[in-house]
Amino acid sequence: MKPPPFEYHAPRDLDEALRILAGVRGKVLAGGQSLIPMLNMRLAAPAHLVDITRVASLDALERTREGVRVGAAVTHARAEREGGHPLLTRALRLVAHPVIRNRGTVVGSLVHADPAAELPAVLAVLGGSVRLARWDGARGQVRDVPAHEFFVGPMESAAGPDELAVSAFFPALDERTGHAFHEVARRHGDYALAGVCAVVTLGEDGGVAAARVACVGVGPAPVVADLTGAGAGDWALAAAALSRRVEPEDDIHATAAYRRHLVAVLAERALKEAAGLAERASKEAAGGA
Amino acid sequence: MEHEITLVVNGAARRVRVPARRLLSDCLRHDLGLTGTHVGCEHGVCGCCTVLLDGEPVRSCLTFAVSVDGREITTVEGLAGPGGMSPVQRAFGECHALQCGFCTPGFLCTVTALLRDNPSPTEEEVVEGISGNLCRCTGYQNIVKAVHRAAELIAEEGR
Ligand SMILES: Cc1cc2nc3c(=O)[nH]c(=O)nc-3n(C[C@H](O)[C@H](O)[C@H](O)COP(=O)(O)OP(=O)(O)OC[C@H]3O[C@@H](n4cnc5c(N)ncnc54)[C@H](O)[C@@H]3O)c2cc1C
Ligand code: FES
Ligand code: FES
Repeated sequence: MKPPPFEYHAPRDLDEALRILAGVRGKVLAGGQSLIPMLNMRLAAPAHLVDITRVASLDALERTREGVRVGAAVTHARAEREGGHPLLTRALRLVAHPVIRNRGTVVGSLVHADPAAELPAVLAVLGGSVRLARWDGARGQVRDVPAHEFFVGPMESAAGPDELAVSAFFPALDERTGHAFHEVARRHGDYALAGVCAVVTLGEDGGVAAARVACVGVGPAPVVADLTGAGAGDWALAAAALSRRVEPEDDIHATAAYRRHLVAVLAERALKEAAGLAERASKEAAGGA
Repeated sequence: MEHEITLVVNGAARRVRVPARRLLSDCLRHDLGLTGTHVGCEHGVCGCCTVLLDGEPVRSCLTFAVSVDGREITTVEGLAGPGGMSPVQRAFGECHALQCGFCTPGFLCTVTALLRDNPSPTEEEVVEGISGNLCRCTGYQNIVKAVHRAAELIAEEGR
């Protein structure tokens, strides 16, 4: 269980990293918390690894009114500590164990695109995006890919082999909005059997203006659903309808039927909690005005 | 290709030549002879190989030695001070928090960082804090007790 040999590159700036990726058949090494297990188990054998943790410009976390932009070298632990986005912070506490989060990166979790991972669901439910860069021979070219196009399938993202994900953007929550993330895992810190992330926004009149969920562990990529009109305010009904729409599979950890059941239970919990928090936020907004 | 790197291990600068694929766990054990760091699963699950990197606990089996060139590493061998075993180490002994001892180096490193960041953790915080470390002998009860006892010792000794 040792990694196969590879050539190691440790670029100091982004252009150098992009040039190396354009010139060799290799992979990006960020926190290594998913890639190194895969190398140790010989599930991957890239000839080159490009370690991006020494590229200072990627170690940036920017907070604006519009949202939070997380650079590719920012670890889970740092994003959790510095906060800036309540839903992201909450989801980070569900990702693995604190010790893994000391090295794992937010952007690495997105590119890795494990169907049971929490952070892709957060990006998807918020309608965020990932910024990709590649070397076109003369300079770095950048494109922003929205979440719904980024998660292509299990362990597959839209990032090409010569592309580097430089950052991810998590849009801020609207006013009068609540959020929640509930999941069930065999052990604390394990990948979830199923999980549901919910965001609910109330209108000025107190009615539901928007309700969105993203489910993990029950499809090849996060399953996003707009439940704004669903269940006519009855979250249990909306959650049950959602659970009939997902298409989970059997595996050694759980049956498809059990996962479907979990989606109904977790979606109801998440929607109720998010709606309750949205109500509280509305009252605070009204009180403060 | 081999890489010449310098690691500051338990306060001493050590130069080593390693291939890029050398895991930090193997570098510590084989190249530097520090066999206190144990290796169980080599995929991040058991926590035996946990060491402190610039003070933060990390899995040495999920870290390449070349990636941490120039940085400071504390292993279980570096936890004791000039006056003897650290409070966390003494608490583990006192509370019978180890049997075979295979998991112990990882627990000691994890708990040392945990109590530095949170000197009086609740029961829940202790359980969450050690949830990434597996022990097949003790049943965890005495490990949890030892963490609380270590917190007491640190508070009493003011360090
Ligand atoms: C015991 C254990 C439990 C875990 N539990 C969970 C869990 O519950 N939930 C969860 O979500 N994750 C879990 N993980 C995975 C962990 O969160 C990883 O850290 C994360 O998925 C990948 O981030 P990384 O920075 O370590 O990426 P790496 O391991 O370095 O890379 C992962 C993949 O993404 C690519 N990549 C990384 N960054 C970039 C980039 N900037 N541009 C292009 N490609 C890139 C790499 O080439 C590689 O293919 C667990 C891991 C372990 C070991
Ligand atoms: S050997 Fe590193 S976590 Fe098991
Ligand atoms: S004491 Fe034997 S594994 Fe923990």
